[in-house]
Amino acid sequence: MQKMMLLGDEAIAQAALDAGISGVYAYPGTPSTEITEYVQKSPIAREGKVHSEWSANEKTAMEAALGMSYAGKRSMVCMKHVGLNVAADPFMNAAITGVNGGMVVAVADDPSMHSSQNEQDSRVFGKFAMIPVFEPADQQETYDMTYRAFDLSEQYKIPVMLRVTTRLAHSRSGVVTSEVRDQHAVVLPDNPIQFILLPSFARKSYQFLLDHQDAFEAESEQSVFNPFIDGSDRSLGIVVCGLAYNYLVENFNDHKVPHPVLKISQYPLPRKKLATLYEMCESILVIEEGYPVVEELLAGILGLGKKVRGRLDGTLPRAGELTPDLVGLAFGPQVKKIRKIPDIVANRPPALCKGCSHADVYHALNEVMGPFGEGRVFSDIGCYTLGALPPYNAIYTCVDMGASITMAKGAADAGLLPAVCVIGDSTFTHSGMTGLLDAVLQNSPITVIISDNSTTAMTGGQVSHATGRLDSICKGIGVDSKHVRTLNPLKKYHRNNVQVLKEEIAYEGISVIIAQRECIQTATRKRREARRESPQE
Amino acid sequence: MKTDIILAGVGGQGILSIAASIGMAALGNELYIKQAEVHGMSQRGGAVQSHLRISTSPIASDLIPLGKADLILSVEPMESLRYLPYLAEHGWLVTNSNPYLNIPDYPDMGAIETQIAMHPNHVLLDADKMASELGSRKVSNMVILGAATPFIGIPYEHFETGIRAIFGRKGEEIVLLNLEALRKGKEITEDKV
Repeated sequence: MQKMMLLGDEAIAQAALDAGISGVYAYPGTPSTEITEYVQKSPIAREGKVHSEWSANEKTAMEAALGMSYAGKRSMVCMKHVGLNVAADPFMNAAITGVNGGMVVAVADDPSMHSSQNEQDSRVFGKFAMIPVFEPADQQETYDMTYRAFDLSEQYKIPVMLRVTTRLAHSRSGVVTSEVRDQHAVVLPDNPIQFILLPSFARKSYQFLLDHQDAFEAESEQSVFNPFIDGSDRSLGIVVCGLAYNYLVENFNDHKVPHPVLKISQYPLPRKKLATLYEMCESILVIEEGYPVVEELLAGILGLGKKVRGRLDGTLPRAGELTPDLVGLAFGPQVKKIRKIPDIVANRPPALCKGCSHADVYHALNEVMGPFGEGRVFSDIGCYTLGALPPYNAIYTCVDMGASITMAKGAADAGLLPAVCVIGDSTFTHSGMTGLLDAVLQNSPITVIISDNSTTAMTGGQVSHATGRLDSICKGIGVDSKHVRTLNPLKKYHRNNVQVLKEEIAYEGISVIIAQRECIQTATRKRREARRESPQE
Repeated sequence: MKTDIILAGVGGQGILSIAASIGMAALGNELYIKQAEVHGMSQRGGAVQSHLRISTSPIASDLIPLGKADLILSVEPMESLRYLPYLAEHGWLVTNSNPYLNIPDYPDMGAIETQIAMHPNHVLLDADKMASELGSRKVSNMVILGAATPFIGIPYEHFETGIRAIFGRKGEEIVLLNLEALRKGKEITEDKV
């Protein structure tokens, strides 16, 4: 046991290592990336040969984690909230197959969309799959719940979700660790048909899941993570979920709330505990980070019964991350002097780095697309999405991983020509290749620009599965080799690059342009490291 | 003792290394710490901030409530103003005076200095110039941290110990350079408390 200063993400990783995982599987995504990176840098992981290489996407990661669990070992899969959409198929079905070795699905949600396209709440997904979900309030709970989640997973042979949000994922505090467990040996599932979801078997497995719902709820009723803290003022009872607990107590002297409080950090919801609070108080306030999941259940669709306040009735904002001040306002107007931000303070949005290869791609592309007018460039998720902002104003869509190619195809099918798309190399191997196959099979007249900076840049420069393989992947999928073009996005090649783009956009079939130049951040980092290793140069 | 600090700057300017230095000093003092960081999209040259809370008793929120920060420590002058709503009535604003120009509509420096000067407890220093005089612009963040040390509530020696721990593996020369930068910063403000 030792005390360490850890990010919430790192606490998840440390707990999983201490709980004896044999592998972590993930695709980078803010705010979840640091979980896997911590395992990658961990000496215990290296010593124990814990798998920690990146997966192509969240679906392959989830399936590999399930495979490791099938083999009897403990595994963890990590992703951001929208990554769970990609992994939804294995996720929902892993709840039906159940697990063999303990398996934890760690999901980091991003309320307020600091680095995301939506703020979906993964607790809803947990309920959809009917599995237990932990939602810690602080770094210590994050550690303790992750550690506990593996035991619960093995006790009921069920995947368990751990849900954190950006603020906890990226906040650091002291964490006391538990006893380090050994990894499991390889052992097959007791039941040889457990993982065969043929309809006749699947019906039984599904019934098994349904039959365990009461047990999961009983676990939540008894859980030390769902404490009831009594208070004398029963005009109001408070249900507070996960991290929101910190914001609640921050508003009271010595962190003592005068009202009865039920803190929820383990799901399914403990109905008996909720009923006790509901009975003893005149009205209820629900404070939760994310969707009004608990509030909606307690209020009921018809809003009969006691007054339930929260995000739905406007006591708290419907959207966005909570703060101590927003939660304070639920208890009445706050009297304090707050300074204003001076008017002269200008916005400073994120921007492409100086020397970024995407910038040169956009300069060339804008020149070529100018005569065709606006609205014909589809794009994707990555640093290059910043091409939607000035000074580029070069792209018109950003929806989900891989959607640039398929949306361009659909628009071309509708007759919007030319249709061009810009996708990053890592996004392409994550979810772009299957869309390219659709376009190849119908020889869709679209131009796919893979802006290849040979890394997963937005999340900090993780390895890209596409590096060195794009040409052969595209040709292998069936793009005519005459129309797989490569260019170097540098100012000095601008004229040539414009020419290549013009030719391929004019071509009435599927073409791929690989614009390859390494990310300026990773290139600089590598140069610096090389200098450090050979200081004589 | 409880000190709430907003660290401000632009993605890439290294505010997390300042946070780490304060965190290391606080650890030496056996204090509770919470430090909310910004990772992800904003790190690409956008406005970034870190909430650092240090206390002798347990800390609840990872975020500092508005009007409660004892100190805004900024490595960029305009960014120091962005977080004024967090600053407590008698809180200190310590900022570098050297602007980071990566936006087309950066305001007039005179106007920024006027706004900073309107705040009674402010320290505006050209940390980059002071760092260059010491031989390396890289230590400018350490100069700013030094200037902020009297307002943090941790003994100065603990910052020195923290810096030794962080930079130790880079060699004694780097350690001494950082300690010198810290001291230069401290000299500007030590008579203000």
